[in-house]
Amino acid sequence: MELFVFVAASIMVLAGAIGVVTRSNPVHAALSMVLTLFGVAVMFVSLEAHFLAAVQVIVYAGAIVVLFLFVIMLLGVDKAEDVHTEPLKVQRPLALIVATGIAGVLIAAMFAGRDTIASGRASIDLPTVEDSDANTRQLARLIFSDYVVAFEVTSVLLVIAVVGTVLLARKRRGEKSEVSV
Amino acid sequence: MLDHIWLIPALPLAGFLLILLFGRRLGEPKAGYLAAAACGSAFVVTALVWLDMLGKDAEERTKYLVMFKWIPVGSLNIDAAILADPLSITMALFITGIGTLIHLYAIGYMHGDPKFSKFFLYLNLFAFSMLMLVMGENLLVTFLGWEGVGACSYFLISFWHTRDSAATAGKKAFVTNRVGDWGVMMAMFLAFSAVGTLSYSGINHAAENGGISTVTATAIALMLFIGACGKSAQLPLYIWLPDAMEGPTPVSALIHAATMVTSGVFLMTRMGPVLHASYEWAPTIIATIGAATALFAATIAVAQTDIKKVLAYSTVSQLGFMFLAIGSGAYVAAIFHMVTHAFFKALLFLGSGSVIHGMHHEQDMRRMGALRKLMPITAGTFIIGWLAIAGVPPFAGFFSKDEILLYVFANNRALYVVGMVTALLTAYYMTRQVIMVFFGEAKWKDAHEEHGAHGDFVPHESPKIMLFPLVVLAFLSITGGLLQLPFSKDLHFLEHWLEPVVHHSEANIKGTWAYDNKYLLLLAAIVVAAIGIAMSVAVYAKGKAKPIEPKVLADGWYYDRAISGFMGGPGRKAFEGVAMFDATVVDGAVIGTAKGVGGISSVLRKVQSGFVRTYAAIIGIGAIILLAWFILRGVI
Amino acid sequence: MIAALIAEIKPNSTWYLVLAALLFAIGTLGVMVRRNALVLFMCIELMLNAVNLSFVALAKEMDDINGQAVVFFVLVVAAAEVVIGLGIVVAIMRKRVSASVDDLAELKG
Repeated sequence: MELFVFVAASIMVLAGAIGVVTRSNPVHAALSMVLTLFGVAVMFVSLEAHFLAAVQVIVYAGAIVVLFLFVIMLLGVDKAEDVHTEPLKVQRPLALIVATGIAGVLIAAMFAGRDTIASGRASIDLPTVEDSDANTRQLARLIFSDYVVAFEVTSVLLVIAVVGTVLLARKRRGEKSEVSV
Repeated sequence: MLDHIWLIPALPLAGFLLILLFGRRLGEPKAGYLAAAACGSAFVVTALVWLDMLGKDAEERTKYLVMFKWIPVGSLNIDAAILADPLSITMALFITGIGTLIHLYAIGYMHGDPKFSKFFLYLNLFAFSMLMLVMGENLLVTFLGWEGVGACSYFLISFWHTRDSAATAGKKAFVTNRVGDWGVMMAMFLAFSAVGTLSYSGINHAAENGGISTVTATAIALMLFIGACGKSAQLPLYIWLPDAMEGPTPVSALIHAATMVTSGVFLMTRMGPVLHASYEWAPTIIATIGAATALFAATIAVAQTDIKKVLAYSTVSQLGFMFLAIGSGAYVAAIFHMVTHAFFKALLFLGSGSVIHGMHHEQDMRRMGALRKLMPITAGTFIIGWLAIAGVPPFAGFFSKDEILLYVFANNRALYVVGMVTALLTAYYMTRQVIMVFFGEAKWKDAHEEHGAHGDFVPHESPKIMLFPLVVLAFLSITGGLLQLPFSKDLHFLEHWLEPVVHHSEANIKGTWAYDNKYLLLLAAIVVAAIGIAMSVAVYAKGKAKPIEPKVLADGWYYDRAISGFMGGPGRKAFEGVAMFDATVVDGAVIGTAKGVGGISSVLRKVQSGFVRTYAAIIGIGAIILLAWFILRGVI
Repeated sequence: MIAALIAEIKPNSTWYLVLAALLFAIGTLGVMVRRNALVLFMCIELMLNAVNLSFVALAKEMDDINGQAVVFFVLVVAAAEVVIGLGIVVAIMRKRVSASVDDLAELKG
């Protein structure tokens, strides 16, 4: 059963990823990304990370991709990009080398480090019938006790991000933007 | 009084600074009087210090005064300190004394010169440097003074710098001195590495107690002698002194007769213990070069026609005598002769200056003659100076020269003969000069008719301010011999006075044939002087024989020309080669490195293409390499 | 029969990690190949997702919930990063006709 889930999810993930990389129309690429994100969410569920799966769908697939689509439409760059020609001759071969290199090195690292993986101290509580939100509860307990400082800091980070972006994208006085809202 | 010895160099320095700031405003003659006052007050202080010292015992006559710590760097610890001991006070006395007289003289001589105050500026600076030289407590302070007098000599020789010959002479003096200075520097380095200090007490103490090896001592002594050859115009490096006569006569009198040129003798005496601790042949070399120089210069003086050039070569010759004395271990005799020579040579130069002044700047002796009636005081004092230098008793030069010859005879018979021949020649050429200038026919009458309408030109006596120093110096030339009379041990005033300084290095000639028969040698010296005078009178006054003045002597044995030829020809080529080497190899290496770096960077510049994706790719490659390395090392 | 055999095979963490590596590699490839600024950004998000996946897989393997906590924070930071990144893209791209990153070559040496 798990194997089936794994295979299905991985097909989603990889197909979406390849779609992002190869689709010439940016809107299509964004939609492929949604496919990938859903695949990853399914995998989270099969890995007993239910809360994270939910957050992944809501935040990533729901908010971030929508944001991407907003900007694509706003800037009017939804015209297809020419993916067949490459002005920098060396780039495509170089990219292939780098990609295969990274994959290879990561996998090698994985196998090299097999033996050093030790068991953790805070074991994952699996949700049972009585306590269906055990994962959420445990995660919440952890975040609000051990990582509460990090939590507060990330909230500050979000505020900064919002303020910063508003400042960055603001129109200067007297300046006309080519894009009309 | 001994606590105030710092005043002695400080007063001329103050004079220098005052004239530097206010000289032009003071103008003539106030600037001159200020300078003379500075030098004169230094003389007064020196005299007081001397009197103070006389009242003390022999051991207490040394006083160090540290003015400030000059170079405290690790093991190198040099103070700016001055030392007042019998030797330095003796030198300071005649430097400031004769210096003051010459300052007064110069006020008259330089009358009307547009750069009047500048002249006295340099004179005071010279006085300061010379005093630092003789009163320095260590080699470095002395070297400061040494270089200072060299620089002042350059300034003063080329004082009338618009004259090409004067400017060239100044440069020649400076460059030749520099060659000698190399020797002094090497000696300083050697002394420091051998003993660890540059102070005289340290070095001499080590030399006396065997702290310096014979080889090192010889090296130090000979290097110092090279410096002395430069400064005191001995044989290889004397060429600047005759040319230095381009400077005004007071300069020739002060610097090139009485003081600067004696600094080489002073330095050798100061470092006497080091010379004493060296090999036997080292003093012999010094004595031989001194004797050779004396004879060489005396032969040239016989054929000179310029009144000052005769005296210049005479100075070189007398300095040779002093080095002959040092090489024979007669330090006291060398200092004695230095003092008496200062008296009569300054007198002779100032007298010649008076003659030149009276003859309206005519310097050729062939155009002079029969001046004794027209310039009586100049003639009288000049004659006294002549008798002193010729070695006629009881004038000063006789006693000092005789003292030297005594020690030389005890040391080396051959050099004694050379010394005697030189004494004869000295008497000969000085008599020749006196006859040509003051006696004989009045050749200036014919010569001046060629010069055009000057009206009736009559040479005149110089103003009183110029005659006063002449009289004082004449008096000193007469009585100077009293410093060290040979008749009995009790009359050896100078020897007793200088004993704390030279006791270790002075040669002991008691018991030698020379010492026992010194009256015989005294008589021989008188005879030689008489022969020289008689020969000269016969040739120049009575006309009994033809004057021997061959061209080779007049041109100084072509020595100067040989050096110029060598330096101008092969010397110049060698230096140009070195300069080219520096420009192409050394500079080329430096510039080539810069160009190489530039070339490499212009190639590497192409990596910065500006494309973000390429940068990302390169980062990716870097990440792969790092990860691979970690995996292979087994860290992961 | 085959179904039973297949049912026996359980995907262990290594499979997930390998998948994450592949996803990361594809993301890297996309960053280097695509010229549209926004698609470039999306490929970066792919890489982040790969990392998240590997964190969670390892958390399951090592039975440690701290891995999941890390992913939580990564998600938040990724969101903030996207916000600022898109703001920058908007600010730059306002004046230009095309959205190609190749036109932003002013750092050329």
